[in-house]
Amino acid sequence: MPNPTLREKLRRITGHSEDLPIQKQINRRTFISFSVFALLGVAAWKVWFGIKDAEQSDGVQKPLRNLLNTDEKIFKPTLSDQHLAKTYPTNQAARNVRVNSNIGTSGAGFDPAAWRLQVQTLDKGPLSVTLDELKALPKTEYAFEFKCIEGWSQVSWWGGVRFSDFINHYGLQKEAALEYVGMSTPDDQYYIGIDRASALHPQTILAYEMTGQTLPVNHGAPLRLIIPVKYGVKNLKRIGKIHFSNDRPRDYWFERGYDYYCGL
Amino acid sequence: MKKLAPKHPLAIRWMHWINFPVLFAMIWSGLLIYWANDVYKVRVGHDILYSFFPNGFYKTLNLSHRLAEGMAFHFVFMWIFFVNGTVYVLYTLFSGEWRQLFPNKRSFKEGWQVLLHDLHLRKTAPPQGKFNGAQRIAYTGIIIMGLGSILTGLAIYKPIQLGWLAACFGGYATARIIHFILTLGYCLFFVVHVVQVIFAGWNNFRAMVTGWEVVDFPHKPEAPAPVPPKTPPATLTPPQNPQPSSNA
Repeated sequence: MPNPTLREKLRRITGHSEDLPIQKQINRRTFISFSVFALLGVAAWKVWFGIKDAEQSDGVQKPLRNLLNTDEKIFKPTLSDQHLAKTYPTNQAARNVRVNSNIGTSGAGFDPAAWRLQVQTLDKGPLSVTLDELKALPKTEYAFEFKCIEGWSQVSWWGGVRFSDFINHYGLQKEAALEYVGMSTPDDQYYIGIDRASALHPQTILAYEMTGQTLPVNHGAPLRLIIPVKYGVKNLKRIGKIHFSNDRPRDYWFERGYDYYCGL
Repeated sequence: MKKLAPKHPLAIRWMHWINFPVLFAMIWSGLLIYWANDVYKVRVGHDILYSFFPNGFYKTLNLSHRLAEGMAFHFVFMWIFFVNGTVYVLYTLFSGEWRQLFPNKRSFKEGWQVLLHDLHLRKTAPPQGKFNGAQRIAYTGIIIMGLGSILTGLAIYKPIQLGWLAACFGGYATARIIHFILTLGYCLFFVVHVVQVIFAGWNNFRAMVTGWEVVDFPHKPEAPAPVPPKTPPATLTPPQNPQPSSNA
């Protein structure tokens, strides 16, 4: 029978034949196993450096960028208006609220008195809103644990207009039906993009108060975004402009390699 | 007389060796993340015993100013870590391997004896099967730690959507501390594991790659009989292991 011979040959070569002296079995089988092991190790090494040295896409390796976007798709459905950030009694809020960045709020020549919130509408032309007009809307306030992408967190207390109240009051439902909201500082130095569901989350507010007092300049006076379902990087200080779009608005930290979604 | 005896199933070897570089990638990218807010310290009263980590540590390993990259790697490799760990647990449960790995009522006493023996405080090692009591505790403990890392990791990753989970761990900040301590645990496990593997020797290490070990029979099992040479042996199980392992 020719077939068993070939089989038997293979068994001998690979050290699986009981006819072989035991030491030969050990040596051959060890050699084959470790060769496969080493090859897989080299393959893993190649994959690792394939990722590490891959072409960049917005500040991060392209394969990682693609998978971060996949993570977003997986976790976005967990976002719900029913899932609220835990709120705290306001007396538990920090008195010394941490300032972590002044990008877009440090430029000279900003005149708070002349400030208006500029909103791009779809068919009603630009909308210009004063702080007093915003303050006339119902106020929402709460203390929550603010979370920075760096890893620190702090309970702080904010007050302002719920973003969804703002949308409804100014009849911007059609705009808010688009996929994203883009916001930027008046000087366009800092800019963010936020998905619709997060922007309309009931705890997302346009804040003009902090710790029960007028918002200080280093925390984004006259108006800043407080959005508990996102890391601090998305809580834009000194909002100048708002627009709505089906495409992702440009985002400062996204361009520097961070996840676009940043949802908590 | 030497014989080859099956020791580690192929699936377990694959998952073990996948986990090794993946856990390494998770710890490395975790350090890139931790650098951005490296506030943990070991304190006794007002004295700081150790601060995680000294500047030289970040400098030597080039870990500074790489938060975005760290997060990207962490949130990609977490999937491999999670899937590999889950398949491992399911495999050990359904294959029956868990019987060799899960501590039994003797394991804690035996584990203590193994520890004393390894520290040269006790002359004899307790009789053991595939894994001794200390190994059973360690290999089951590390799986519970893995589960802890996944759960605390999720609690940090989605602290609002999974607010109940964060609450289980005492909140966001506490979950982050537990996540960090578990990582220190892996590093400790790694060091002890590698030292033990070195002491256990080549035959033991080789088995984790090849799947089999060489077993030395102290005496010939039977008187030499004119057995036809092609007959395979009835069993490849080493005699000191009373239960034949189900793996092949």
